[in-house]
Amino acid sequence: MSLIQELEARIEKIKQGGKEKYHKANQDKGKLFVRKRLELLLDEGLHIEDAFFANCMDDSLPSDGVVTGIGKINGQDVCIMANDSTVKAGSWGKRTVEKILRIQETAMKLEIPIIYLVDSAGARITDQIEMFPGRRGAGRIFHNQIKLSGRVPQVCLLFGPSAAGGAYIPAFCDVVIMVDGNASMYLGSPRMAEKVIGEKVTLEEMGGANMHATVSGVGDVLVKSEEVAIQYARNYLSYFPKNFRTKPKEAEAKEPKLFEKSIAELIPENQNAPFNMYDLIDRVIDEDSFCEIKKKFAPELITGLARINGHSVGIIANQPRVKGGVLFTDSADKAAKFIQLCDAFNIPLLFLVDVPGFMIGTKVEREGIIRHGAKMLSMMSEATVPKISVIVRKAYGAGLYAMAGPAFEPDACLAFPNAQIAVMGPEAAVNAVYAKKIAELPEEERAAFIKEKQEEYKKEIDIYRLASEMVVDDIINPNHLRQELIKRYSVYAEKNVIFTERKHGVYPV
Amino acid sequence: MEVKASMAGSVWKVLVNTGDSVQEGDDVIILESMKMEIPIAAESSGVVKEVKVNEGDFVNEDDVLVVLE
Repeated sequence: MSLIQELEARIEKIKQGGKEKYHKANQDKGKLFVRKRLELLLDEGLHIEDAFFANCMDDSLPSDGVVTGIGKINGQDVCIMANDSTVKAGSWGKRTVEKILRIQETAMKLEIPIIYLVDSAGARITDQIEMFPGRRGAGRIFHNQIKLSGRVPQVCLLFGPSAAGGAYIPAFCDVVIMVDGNASMYLGSPRMAEKVIGEKVTLEEMGGANMHATVSGVGDVLVKSEEVAIQYARNYLSYFPKNFRTKPKEAEAKEPKLFEKSIAELIPENQNAPFNMYDLIDRVIDEDSFCEIKKKFAPELITGLARINGHSVGIIANQPRVKGGVLFTDSADKAAKFIQLCDAFNIPLLFLVDVPGFMIGTKVEREGIIRHGAKMLSMMSEATVPKISVIVRKAYGAGLYAMAGPAFEPDACLAFPNAQIAVMGPEAAVNAVYAKKIAELPEEERAAFIKEKQEEYKKEIDIYRLASEMVVDDIINPNHLRQELIKRYSVYAEKNVIFTERKHGVYPV
Repeated sequence: MEVKASMAGSVWKVLVNTGDSVQEGDDVIILESMKMEIPIAAESSGVVKEVKVNEGDFVNEDDVLVVLE
Protein backbone atom coordinates (compact mmCIF):
# COMPACT_ATOMS: atom_id res chain seq x y z
CA MET A 1 0.00 0.00 0.00
CA SER A 2 1.39 3.40 -0.95
CA LEU A 3 1.37 6.27 1.54
CA ILE A 4 -1.52 7.89 -0.27
CA GLN A 5 -3.48 4.67 -0.42
CA GLU A 6 -2.94 4.24 3.29
CA LEU A 7 -4.13 7.79 3.98
CA GLU A 8 -7.22 7.26 1.89
CA ALA A 9 -7.99 3.95 3.53
CA ARG A 10 -7.69 5.50 6.97
CA ILE A 11 -9.93 8.42 5.99
CA GLU A 12 -12.52 6.07 4.58
CA LYS A 13 -12.55 4.01 7.76
CA ILE A 14 -12.88 6.99 10.12
CA LYS A 15 -15.68 8.43 7.97
CA GLN A 16 -17.75 5.34 8.65
CA GLY A 17 -18.01 6.23 12.35
CA GLY A 18 -18.73 3.49 14.88
CA LYS A 19 -19.67 -0.15 14.50
CA GLU A 20 -22.43 -1.26 12.15
CA LYS A 21 -24.68 -2.40 15.01
CA TYR A 22 -24.79 1.16 16.38
CA HIS A 23 -25.71 2.55 12.97
CA LYS A 24 -28.50 0.01 12.83
CA ALA A 25 -29.73 0.89 16.33
CA ASN A 26 -29.85 4.57 15.37
CA GLN A 27 -31.71 3.83 12.14
CA ASP A 28 -34.35 1.95 14.08
CA LYS A 29 -35.01 5.06 16.13
CA GLY A 30 -35.27 7.29 13.04
CA LYS A 31 -31.85 8.79 13.77
CA LEU A 32 -29.55 9.78 10.92
CA PHE A 33 -25.79 9.26 10.87
CA VAL A 34 -23.92 12.39 11.88
CA ARG A 35 -22.43 12.93 8.40
CA LYS A 36 -25.84 12.58 6.80
CA ARG A 37 -27.18 15.20 9.22
CA LEU A 38 -24.46 17.60 8.15
CA GLU A 39 -25.17 16.95 4.49
CA LEU A 40 -28.79 17.98 5.05
CA LEU A 41 -27.98 20.93 7.27
CA LEU A 42 -25.27 22.54 5.17
CA ASP A 43 -25.57 24.01 1.67
CA GLU A 44 -22.76 21.81 0.36
CA GLY A 45 -21.56 19.74 3.29
CA LEU A 46 -18.58 20.51 5.49
CA HIS A 47 -15.91 22.32 3.54
CA ILE A 48 -13.42 22.41 6.38
CA GLU A 49 -13.02 19.69 8.97
CA ASP A 50 -10.38 19.79 11.68
CA ALA A 51 -9.02 17.08 13.98
CA PHE A 52 -10.61 14.45 11.81
CA PHE A 53 -7.83 12.12 13.02
CA ALA A 54 -8.42 12.86 16.71
CA ASN A 55 -7.72 9.70 18.73
CA CYS A 56 -6.92 7.78 15.51
CA MET A 57 -4.49 5.55 17.39
CA ASP A 58 -7.56 3.97 18.95
CA ASP A 59 -9.55 2.11 16.30
CA SER A 60 -12.73 2.17 18.34
CA LEU A 61 -12.95 5.96 18.61
CA PRO A 62 -13.08 7.50 15.11
CA SER A 63 -12.72 11.31 15.33
CA ASP A 64 -13.18 10.76 19.08
CA GLY A 65 -16.94 10.75 18.61
CA VAL A 66 -17.42 14.29 17.38
CA VAL A 67 -17.28 16.04 14.01
CA THR A 68 -16.18 19.68 14.03
CA GLY A 69 -15.70 22.04 11.13
CA ILE A 70 -17.11 24.79 8.96
CA GLY A 71 -19.79 24.73 6.28
CA LYS A 72 -22.38 27.10 4.85
CA ILE A 73 -26.02 27.68 5.71
CA ASN A 74 -27.96 30.03 3.42
CA GLY A 75 -24.56 31.04 1.97
CA GLN A 76 -23.17 32.02 5.39
CA ASP A 77 -20.18 30.21 6.93
CA VAL A 78 -21.07 28.56 10.24
CA CYS A 79 -19.12 26.49 12.74
CA ILE A 80 -20.37 23.00 13.48
CA MET A 81 -20.05 20.67 16.45
CA ALA A 82 -21.79 17.33 15.87
CA ASN A 83 -21.72 14.32 18.19
CA ASP A 84 -21.42 10.90 16.61
CA SER A 85 -23.61 8.60 18.68
CA THR A 86 -22.28 5.52 16.86
CA VAL A 87 -18.99 6.11 18.69
CA LYS A 88 -19.36 5.18 22.36
CA ALA A 89 -22.82 6.78 22.40
CA GLY A 90 -21.32 10.16 21.47
CA SER A 91 -19.61 10.38 24.86
CA TRP A 92 -16.90 12.91 25.56
CA GLY A 93 -13.22 12.07 26.05
CA LYS A 94 -10.29 14.46 26.36
CA ARG A 95 -9.98 15.00 22.62
CA THR A 96 -13.73 15.32 22.11
CA VAL A 97 -13.75 18.21 24.55
CA GLU A 98 -10.66 19.80 22.99
CA LYS A 99 -12.28 19.62 19.54
CA ILE A 100 -15.42 21.29 20.83
CA LEU A 101 -13.37 24.03 22.50
CA ARG A 102 -11.40 24.67 19.34
CA ILE A 103 -14.43 25.02 17.09
CA GLN A 104 -15.98 27.40 19.62
CA GLU A 105 -12.80 29.45 19.62
CA THR A 106 -12.92 29.50 15.83
CA ALA A 107 -16.49 30.82 15.99
CA MET A 108 -15.25 33.47 18.40
CA LYS A 109 -12.35 34.52 16.16
CA LEU A 110 -14.36 34.60 12.96
CA GLU A 111 -17.52 35.87 14.66
CA ILE A 112 -19.76 33.45 12.79
CA PRO A 113 -22.71 31.38 14.08
CA ILE A 114 -22.14 28.01 15.72
CA ILE A 115 -24.49 25.05 15.50
CA TYR A 116 -24.39 22.23 18.04
CA LEU A 117 -25.83 18.91 16.85
CA VAL A 118 -26.14 17.14 20.17
CA ASP A 119 -26.56 13.40 20.63
CA SER A 120 -24.36 12.36 23.53
CA ALA A 121 -24.40 10.22 26.64
CA GLY A 122 -22.12 12.67 28.44
CA ALA A 123 -18.64 12.30 29.89
CA ARG A 124 -16.53 9.14 29.57
CA ILE A 125 -16.10 8.48 33.24
CA THR A 126 -12.90 6.53 32.53
CA ASP A 127 -11.34 9.74 31.14
CA GLN A 128 -12.59 12.08 33.79
CA ILE A 129 -9.32 13.55 35.04
CA GLU A 130 -8.34 14.53 31.49
CA MET A 131 -11.70 15.88 30.38
CA PHE A 132 -13.72 17.04 33.38
CA PRO A 133 -12.14 19.38 35.91
CA GLY A 134 -9.26 21.27 34.30
CA ARG A 135 -8.66 24.48 32.38
CA ARG A 136 -9.40 22.79 29.08
CA GLY A 137 -12.02 20.48 30.58
CA ALA A 138 -15.70 20.32 29.70
CA GLY A 139 -16.55 23.27 31.94
CA ARG A 140 -14.72 25.44 29.45
CA ILE A 141 -17.26 24.49 26.75
CA PHE A 142 -19.90 26.29 28.78
CA HIS A 143 -17.58 29.16 29.60
CA ASN A 144 -17.04 29.60 25.87
CA GLN A 145 -20.75 29.38 25.17
CA ILE A 146 -21.44 32.08 27.71
CA LYS A 147 -18.79 34.24 26.09
CA LEU A 148 -20.20 33.60 22.62
CA SER A 149 -23.74 34.35 23.76
CA GLY A 150 -25.11 37.44 22.07
CA ARG A 151 -21.96 37.71 19.97
CA VAL A 152 -22.90 35.07 17.39
CA PRO A 153 -26.07 33.00 17.03
CA GLN A 154 -25.80 29.67 18.87
CA VAL A 155 -28.28 27.00 17.80
CA CYS A 156 -28.77 23.57 19.32
CA LEU A 157 -30.30 20.66 17.44
CA LEU A 158 -31.05 17.97 19.96
CA PHE A 159 -31.30 14.57 18.31
CA GLY A 160 -30.65 12.28 21.25
CA PRO A 161 -29.81 12.48 24.91
CA SER A 162 -28.03 15.42 26.44
CA ALA A 163 -27.16 14.13 29.84
CA ALA A 164 -25.76 15.56 33.06
CA GLY A 165 -23.20 18.29 32.35
CA GLY A 166 -23.88 17.87 28.64
CA ALA A 167 -27.38 19.23 29.20
CA TYR A 168 -25.86 22.65 29.63
CA ILE A 169 -24.93 22.87 25.95
CA PRO A 170 -28.59 23.30 24.99
CA ALA A 171 -29.16 25.49 28.05
CA PHE A 172 -26.68 28.09 26.82
CA CYS A 173 -27.88 28.14 23.23
CA ASP A 174 -30.22 30.80 21.84
CA VAL A 175 -32.64 28.15 20.68
CA VAL A 176 -33.05 24.41 21.25
CA ILE A 177 -34.80 22.30 18.64
CA MET A 178 -35.80 18.87 19.98
CA VAL A 179 -36.89 15.77 18.09
CA ASP A 180 -39.93 14.25 19.76
CA GLY A 181 -39.30 10.76 21.13
CA ASN A 182 -35.51 10.83 20.73
CA ALA A 183 -34.26 14.05 22.27
CA SER A 184 -33.94 14.35 26.03
CA MET A 185 -32.23 16.51 28.61
CA TYR A 186 -31.66 15.62 32.21
CA LEU A 187 -29.07 16.08 34.93
CA GLY A 188 -29.50 12.59 36.39
CA SER A 189 -30.93 9.62 34.49
CA PRO A 190 -34.10 7.85 35.70
CA ARG A 191 -31.85 5.05 36.94
CA MET A 192 -29.84 7.50 38.99
CA ALA A 193 -33.02 9.22 40.24
CA GLU A 194 -34.31 5.91 41.51
CA LYS A 195 -31.04 5.09 43.27
CA VAL A 196 -30.38 8.49 44.79
CA ILE A 197 -33.77 9.97 45.59
CA GLY A 198 -36.05 6.96 45.23
CA GLU A 199 -38.13 8.39 42.38
CA LYS A 200 -39.54 6.01 39.77
CA VAL A 201 -40.03 7.83 36.50
CA THR A 202 -39.58 7.25 32.77
CA LEU A 203 -37.01 9.15 30.73
CA GLU A 204 -39.78 10.68 28.60
CA GLU A 205 -41.66 11.97 31.64
CA MET A 206 -38.59 13.33 33.36
CA GLY A 207 -36.60 14.80 30.51
CA GLY A 208 -38.33 14.08 27.22
CA ALA A 209 -38.66 16.56 24.36
CA ASN A 210 -42.37 17.08 24.85
CA MET A 211 -41.96 17.80 28.55
CA HIS A 212 -39.20 20.33 27.91
CA ALA A 213 -41.13 22.04 25.12
CA THR A 214 -44.36 22.35 27.10
CA VAL A 215 -43.54 22.37 30.82
CA SER A 216 -39.93 23.29 31.64
CA GLY A 217 -39.34 25.64 28.72
CA VAL A 218 -35.76 24.38 28.35
CA GLY A 219 -36.66 23.27 24.82
CA ASP A 220 -37.91 25.85 22.31
CA VAL A 221 -39.11 23.89 19.33
CA LEU A 222 -40.61 20.40 19.21
CA VAL A 223 -40.41 18.59 15.88
CA LYS A 224 -41.38 15.17 14.56
CA SER A 225 -38.17 14.23 12.76
CA GLU A 226 -34.53 15.12 12.29
CA GLU A 227 -35.26 16.38 8.78
CA VAL A 228 -37.82 18.85 10.11
CA ALA A 229 -35.41 19.95 12.87
CA ILE A 230 -32.72 20.65 10.28
CA GLN A 231 -35.14 22.56 8.05
CA TYR A 232 -36.26 24.64 11.03
CA ALA A 233 -32.64 25.50 11.91
CA ARG A 234 -31.84 26.63 8.36
CA ASN A 235 -34.94 28.78 8.25
CA TYR A 236 -34.36 30.18 11.76
CA LEU A 237 -30.86 31.35 10.84
CA SER A 238 -32.18 33.21 7.79
CA TYR A 239 -33.65 35.83 10.16
CA PHE A 240 -30.28 36.50 11.80
CA PRO A 241 -27.09 38.33 10.95
CA LYS A 242 -23.83 36.39 11.31
CA ASN A 243 -22.95 38.31 14.48
CA PHE A 244 -23.99 41.22 16.66
CA ARG A 245 -22.06 43.75 14.57
CA THR A 246 -24.26 43.40 11.53
CA LYS A 247 -27.93 43.51 10.63
CA PRO A 248 -30.04 40.62 9.38
CA LYS A 249 -30.02 40.13 5.64
CA GLU A 250 -33.03 41.43 3.78
CA ALA A 251 -35.22 38.78 2.15
CA GLU A 252 -37.53 39.17 -0.80
CA ALA A 253 -40.60 41.12 0.34
CA LYS A 254 -43.94 39.33 0.14
CA GLU A 255 -47.49 40.54 0.67
CA PRO A 256 -49.37 39.01 3.59
CA LYS A 257 -51.66 36.10 2.93
CA LEU A 258 -55.10 37.27 1.78
CA PHE A 259 -58.07 36.82 4.06
CA GLU A 260 -61.74 37.66 3.81
CA LYS A 261 -61.90 39.45 7.14
CA SER A 262 -59.85 42.57 7.73
CA ILE A 263 -58.05 43.25 11.01
CA ALA A 264 -60.78 45.64 12.11
CA GLU A 265 -63.43 42.98 11.51
CA LEU A 266 -61.42 40.45 13.44
CA ILE A 267 -61.22 42.20 16.77
CA PRO A 268 -64.28 41.85 19.01
CA GLU A 269 -65.46 45.14 20.46
CA ASN A 270 -66.07 43.46 23.81
CA GLN A 271 -62.69 43.74 25.51
CA ASN A 272 -63.32 40.54 27.46
CA ALA A 273 -64.17 38.27 24.54
CA PRO A 274 -61.36 36.15 23.13
CA PHE A 275 -59.96 36.35 19.62
CA ASN A 276 -57.09 34.59 17.96
CA MET A 277 -53.99 36.79 17.83
CA TYR A 278 -52.41 34.59 15.14
CA ASP A 279 -55.09 35.89 12.78
CA LEU A 280 -53.84 39.42 13.31
CA ILE A 281 -50.19 38.44 12.95
CA ASP A 282 -50.91 36.72 9.62
CA ARG A 283 -52.44 39.92 8.27
CA VAL A 284 -49.39 42.02 9.12
CA ILE A 285 -46.41 39.87 8.16
CA ASP A 286 -45.08 38.62 4.83
CA GLU A 287 -46.85 35.42 3.85
CA ASP A 288 -45.45 32.25 5.45
CA SER A 289 -42.73 34.15 7.25
CA PHE A 290 -43.64 33.27 10.84
CA CYS A 291 -40.96 31.25 12.63
CA GLU A 292 -42.41 30.65 16.05
CA ILE A 293 -40.31 30.03 19.15
CA LYS A 294 -41.70 28.25 22.21
CA LYS A 295 -45.08 27.67 20.56
CA LYS A 296 -46.12 25.07 23.11
CA PHE A 297 -44.71 26.78 26.19
CA ALA A 298 -46.77 29.53 27.87
CA PRO A 299 -49.02 29.91 24.80
CA GLU A 300 -50.82 32.89 26.37
CA LEU A 301 -47.93 34.89 24.93
CA ILE A 302 -46.78 34.38 21.34
CA THR A 303 -43.12 34.93 20.44
CA GLY A 304 -41.69 34.47 16.98
CA LEU A 305 -39.57 35.81 14.17
CA ALA A 306 -41.23 37.12 11.05
CA ARG A 307 -40.63 39.41 8.10
CA ILE A 308 -42.38 42.63 7.30
CA ASN A 309 -41.63 43.81 3.77
CA GLY A 310 -38.60 41.49 3.70
CA HIS A 311 -37.11 42.69 7.00
CA SER A 312 -36.71 40.53 10.11
CA VAL A 313 -38.82 41.46 13.08
CA GLY A 314 -39.38 39.80 16.46
CA ILE A 315 -43.03 39.65 17.53
CA ILE A 316 -44.21 39.51 21.14
CA ALA A 317 -47.99 39.22 21.21
CA ASN A 318 -50.57 38.50 23.89
CA GLN A 319 -52.93 35.68 22.95
CA PRO A 320 -56.43 36.41 24.31
CA ARG A 321 -57.51 32.96 23.12
CA VAL A 322 -55.35 31.29 25.80
CA LYS A 323 -55.74 32.11 29.49
CA GLY A 324 -57.22 35.43 28.44
CA GLY A 325 -53.77 36.61 27.36
CA VAL A 326 -52.89 37.16 31.03
CA LEU A 327 -49.15 37.21 31.78
CA PHE A 328 -47.85 34.42 34.03
CA THR A 329 -44.39 33.57 35.36
CA ASP A 330 -43.65 31.37 32.34
CA SER A 331 -44.91 33.90 29.81
CA ALA A 332 -42.76 36.61 31.39
CA ASP A 333 -39.76 34.28 31.29
CA LYS A 334 -40.44 33.38 27.66
CA ALA A 335 -40.70 37.05 26.68
CA ALA A 336 -37.52 37.99 28.55
CA LYS A 337 -35.37 35.51 26.64
CA PHE A 338 -36.95 36.26 23.27
CA ILE A 339 -36.48 40.01 23.68
CA GLN A 340 -32.81 39.48 24.59
CA LEU A 341 -32.37 37.28 21.55
CA CYS A 342 -33.76 39.88 19.15
CA ASP A 343 -31.99 42.80 20.78
CA ALA A 344 -28.64 40.97 20.72
CA PHE A 345 -28.85 40.47 16.97
CA ASN A 346 -30.36 43.76 15.82
CA ILE A 347 -33.82 42.40 15.10
CA PRO A 348 -36.49 45.09 15.64
CA LEU A 349 -39.30 44.34 18.07
CA LEU A 350 -43.04 44.51 17.63
CA PHE A 351 -45.33 44.26 20.66
CA LEU A 352 -48.98 43.45 19.91
CA VAL A 353 -50.76 44.34 23.10
CA ASP A 354 -54.04 42.93 24.36
CA VAL A 355 -53.36 42.18 28.00
CA PRO A 356 -55.54 42.17 31.11
CA GLY A 357 -52.41 42.32 33.28
CA PHE A 358 -50.26 39.90 35.24
CA MET A 359 -51.98 36.99 36.92
CA ILE A 360 -52.84 37.43 40.58
CA GLY A 361 -53.41 34.94 43.39
CA THR A 362 -51.46 32.81 45.82
CA LYS A 363 -50.10 30.36 43.26
CA VAL A 364 -48.32 32.92 41.12
CA GLU A 365 -47.09 34.95 44.09
CA ARG A 366 -45.42 31.82 45.43
CA GLU A 367 -43.87 31.24 42.03
CA GLY A 368 -42.36 34.73 42.19
CA ILE A 369 -44.44 36.44 39.53
CA ILE A 370 -43.09 39.79 40.67
CA ARG A 371 -39.47 38.93 39.92
CA HIS A 372 -40.37 37.10 36.70
CA GLY A 373 -42.40 40.10 35.59
CA ALA A 374 -39.53 42.39 36.58
CA LYS A 375 -37.20 40.29 34.43
CA MET A 376 -39.44 40.78 31.41
CA LEU A 377 -39.59 44.53 32.06
CA SER A 378 -35.79 44.70 32.39
CA MET A 379 -35.14 43.02 29.06
CA MET A 380 -37.86 44.97 27.26
CA SER A 381 -36.66 48.23 28.75
CA GLU A 382 -33.02 47.63 27.86
CA ALA A 383 -33.71 46.61 24.28
CA THR A 384 -32.36 49.36 22.05
CA VAL A 385 -33.41 47.93 18.69
CA PRO A 386 -36.33 49.67 16.94
CA LYS A 387 -39.26 48.96 19.22
CA ILE A 388 -42.93 49.56 18.42
CA SER A 389 -45.89 48.75 20.64
CA VAL A 390 -49.39 48.51 19.23
CA ILE A 391 -52.30 48.65 21.67
CA VAL A 392 -54.71 46.33 19.92
CA ARG A 393 -57.37 46.37 22.65
CA LYS A 394 -56.71 46.54 26.35
CA ALA A 395 -53.48 47.27 28.16
CA TYR A 396 -54.13 47.12 31.86
CA GLY A 397 -51.84 47.57 34.81
CA ALA A 398 -48.28 46.32 34.64
CA GLY A 399 -49.32 44.56 31.43
CA LEU A 400 -48.97 47.93 29.69
CA TYR A 401 -45.49 48.35 31.12
CA ALA A 402 -44.30 44.83 30.25
CA MET A 403 -45.51 45.18 26.66
CA ALA A 404 -43.33 48.22 25.89
CA GLY A 405 -45.68 50.88 27.20
CA PRO A 406 -44.88 54.57 26.60
CA ALA A 407 -42.59 54.90 29.63
CA PHE A 408 -40.15 52.33 28.26
CA GLU A 409 -38.95 54.28 25.24
CA PRO A 410 -40.66 52.47 22.43
CA ASP A 411 -39.96 54.41 19.24
CA ALA A 412 -43.72 54.59 18.93
CA CYS A 413 -46.73 53.46 20.90
CA LEU A 414 -49.65 53.18 18.48
CA ALA A 415 -53.27 52.49 19.38
CA PHE A 416 -56.25 51.07 17.57
CA PRO A 417 -59.50 53.06 17.99
CA ASN A 418 -60.89 50.44 20.40
CA ALA A 419 -57.79 50.55 22.65
CA GLN A 420 -58.16 50.84 26.41
CA ILE A 421 -55.20 51.83 28.53
CA ALA A 422 -55.77 51.85 32.26
CA VAL A 423 -54.61 50.64 35.64
CA MET A 424 -57.46 48.15 35.40
CA GLY A 425 -60.53 47.44 33.30
CA PRO A 426 -63.90 49.10 33.93
CA GLU A 427 -65.42 46.12 35.78
CA ALA A 428 -62.53 45.77 38.19
CA ALA A 429 -62.16 49.52 38.68
CA VAL A 430 -65.82 50.09 39.55
CA ASN A 431 -65.67 47.19 41.99
CA ALA A 432 -62.54 48.57 43.58
CA VAL A 433 -63.74 52.15 43.93
CA TYR A 434 -67.43 51.64 44.72
CA ALA A 435 -67.45 48.28 46.54
CA LYS A 436 -68.92 49.81 49.72
CA LYS A 437 -71.42 51.96 47.88
CA ILE A 438 -72.61 49.02 45.78
CA ALA A 439 -73.08 46.88 48.87
CA GLU A 440 -75.21 49.61 50.48
CA LEU A 441 -77.51 50.03 47.48
CA PRO A 442 -80.78 48.08 47.28
CA GLU A 443 -80.18 45.05 45.10
CA GLU A 444 -82.46 46.22 42.25
CA GLU A 445 -80.46 49.46 41.85
CA ARG A 446 -77.04 47.88 41.78
CA ALA A 447 -76.84 46.80 38.12
CA ALA A 448 -77.83 50.22 36.81
CA PHE A 449 -75.37 51.96 39.15
CA ILE A 450 -72.52 49.68 38.13
CA LYS A 451 -73.28 50.18 34.45
CA GLU A 452 -73.40 53.96 34.86
CA LYS A 453 -70.07 54.03 36.69
CA GLN A 454 -68.49 51.72 34.13
CA GLU A 455 -69.61 54.03 31.32
CA GLU A 456 -68.16 57.01 33.19
CA TYR A 457 -64.92 55.11 33.65
CA LYS A 458 -64.76 54.18 29.97
CA LYS A 459 -65.09 57.85 29.05
CA GLU A 460 -62.34 58.68 31.49
CA ILE A 461 -59.93 56.29 29.76
CA ASP A 462 -61.16 56.98 26.22
CA ILE A 463 -58.33 56.51 23.76
CA TYR A 464 -58.83 60.00 22.23
CA ARG A 465 -58.33 61.46 25.67
CA LEU A 466 -55.07 59.51 25.95
CA ALA A 467 -54.03 60.67 22.50
CA SER A 468 -54.88 64.22 23.52
CA GLU A 469 -52.57 63.80 26.51
CA MET A 470 -49.97 62.36 24.09
CA VAL A 471 -49.81 59.07 25.99
CA VAL A 472 -49.99 57.28 22.65
CA ASP A 473 -48.19 58.62 19.62
CA ASP A 474 -50.98 57.93 17.17
CA ILE A 475 -54.36 56.27 16.73
CA ILE A 476 -54.37 54.26 13.54
CA ASN A 477 -56.78 52.37 11.35
CA PRO A 478 -56.14 48.68 12.19
CA ASN A 479 -56.33 47.85 8.50
CA HIS A 480 -53.37 50.16 7.82
CA LEU A 481 -51.13 48.62 10.49
CA ARG A 482 -48.74 46.91 8.08
CA GLN A 483 -48.12 50.06 6.04
CA GLU A 484 -47.61 52.05 9.22
CA LEU A 485 -45.06 49.53 10.50
CA ILE A 486 -43.16 49.39 7.20
CA LYS A 487 -42.87 53.17 7.19
CA ARG A 488 -41.80 53.46 10.80
CA TYR A 489 -39.33 50.54 10.87
CA SER A 490 -37.57 51.87 7.79
CA VAL A 491 -37.01 55.17 9.58
CA TYR A 492 -36.11 53.68 12.97
CA ALA A 493 -33.60 51.33 11.33
CA GLU A 494 -31.08 54.17 11.61
CA LYS A 495 -31.45 54.21 15.39
CA ASN A 496 -28.18 53.81 17.24
CA VAL A 497 -28.36 54.20 21.00
CA ILE A 498 -26.64 52.77 24.04
CA PHE A 499 -29.00 52.05 26.90
CA THR A 500 -26.75 53.29 29.69
CA GLU A 501 -23.18 53.24 30.89
CA ARG A 502 -22.20 50.54 33.41
CA LYS A 503 -20.67 47.08 33.59
CA HIS A 504 -24.04 45.33 33.63
CA GLY A 505 -27.33 45.56 35.44
CA VAL A 506 -28.26 43.49 38.46
CA TYR A 507 -31.12 41.62 36.87
CA PRO A 508 -34.16 40.35 38.72
CA VAL A 509 -33.80 36.79 37.44
CA MET B 1 -59.64 12.12 28.52
CA GLU B 2 -59.98 14.93 31.05
CA VAL B 3 -60.47 18.56 30.15
CA LYS B 4 -58.82 20.68 32.82
CA ALA B 5 -58.93 24.33 33.84
CA SER B 6 -55.99 26.22 32.33
CA MET B 7 -56.07 28.75 35.15
CA ALA B 8 -57.92 29.61 38.35
CA GLY B 9 -61.29 31.31 37.88
CA SER B 10 -65.02 30.72 37.96
CA VAL B 11 -67.12 28.70 35.56
CA TRP B 12 -69.02 31.19 33.39
CA LYS B 13 -70.65 28.91 30.83
CA VAL B 14 -70.94 25.17 30.39
CA LEU B 15 -71.25 24.55 26.66
CA VAL B 16 -71.76 20.76 26.61
CA ASN B 17 -74.02 18.13 28.13
CA THR B 18 -73.40 14.52 28.97
CA GLY B 19 -73.63 12.47 25.80
CA ASP B 20 -72.62 15.28 23.41
CA SER B 21 -69.86 14.49 20.95
CA VAL B 22 -67.11 17.07 20.67
CA GLN B 23 -64.30 17.56 18.20
CA GLU B 24 -60.72 18.36 19.14
CA GLY B 25 -60.46 22.12 19.57
CA ASP B 26 -64.16 22.65 20.36
CA ASP B 27 -64.78 24.87 23.35
CA VAL B 28 -66.52 22.94 26.12
CA ILE B 29 -66.40 25.39 29.02
CA ILE B 30 -65.86 29.12 29.30
CA LEU B 31 -64.23 30.28 32.51
CA GLU B 32 -64.18 33.80 33.78
CA SER B 33 -60.91 34.94 35.27
CA MET B 34 -59.15 38.27 35.49
CA LYS B 35 -62.41 39.67 34.04
CA MET B 36 -61.70 37.75 30.84
CA GLU B 37 -63.59 35.01 29.10
CA ILE B 38 -61.31 31.99 29.03
CA PRO B 39 -62.50 29.35 26.57
CA ILE B 40 -61.42 25.82 27.43
CA ALA B 41 -61.23 23.51 24.44
CA ALA B 42 -61.23 19.73 24.20
CA GLU B 43 -57.72 18.47 23.44
CA SER B 44 -59.10 15.46 21.61
CA SER B 45 -62.38 14.39 20.07
CA GLY B 46 -64.80 12.25 22.07
CA VAL B 47 -68.14 11.96 23.81
CA VAL B 48 -68.89 13.84 27.02
CA LYS B 49 -69.02 11.30 29.83
CA GLU B 50 -69.36 13.72 32.70
CA VAL B 51 -69.52 17.46 33.33
CA LYS B 52 -67.83 17.98 36.69
CA VAL B 53 -68.70 21.63 37.31
CA ASN B 54 -71.68 23.97 37.41
CA GLU B 55 -71.87 27.55 36.25
CA GLY B 56 -70.64 29.79 39.04
CA ASP B 57 -68.26 27.24 40.58
CA PHE B 58 -64.74 28.38 41.49
CA VAL B 59 -62.04 26.18 40.00
CA ASN B 60 -58.31 26.00 40.48
CA GLU B 61 -55.74 25.52 37.74
CA ASP B 62 -55.71 21.84 36.64
CA ASP B 63 -59.12 21.02 38.16
CA VAL B 64 -61.04 18.59 35.95
CA LEU B 65 -64.00 20.28 34.25
CA VAL B 66 -65.26 17.69 31.79
CA VAL B 67 -64.50 14.02 31.23
CA LEU B 68 -64.53 12.72 27.65
CA GLU B 69 -64.43 9.16 26.39
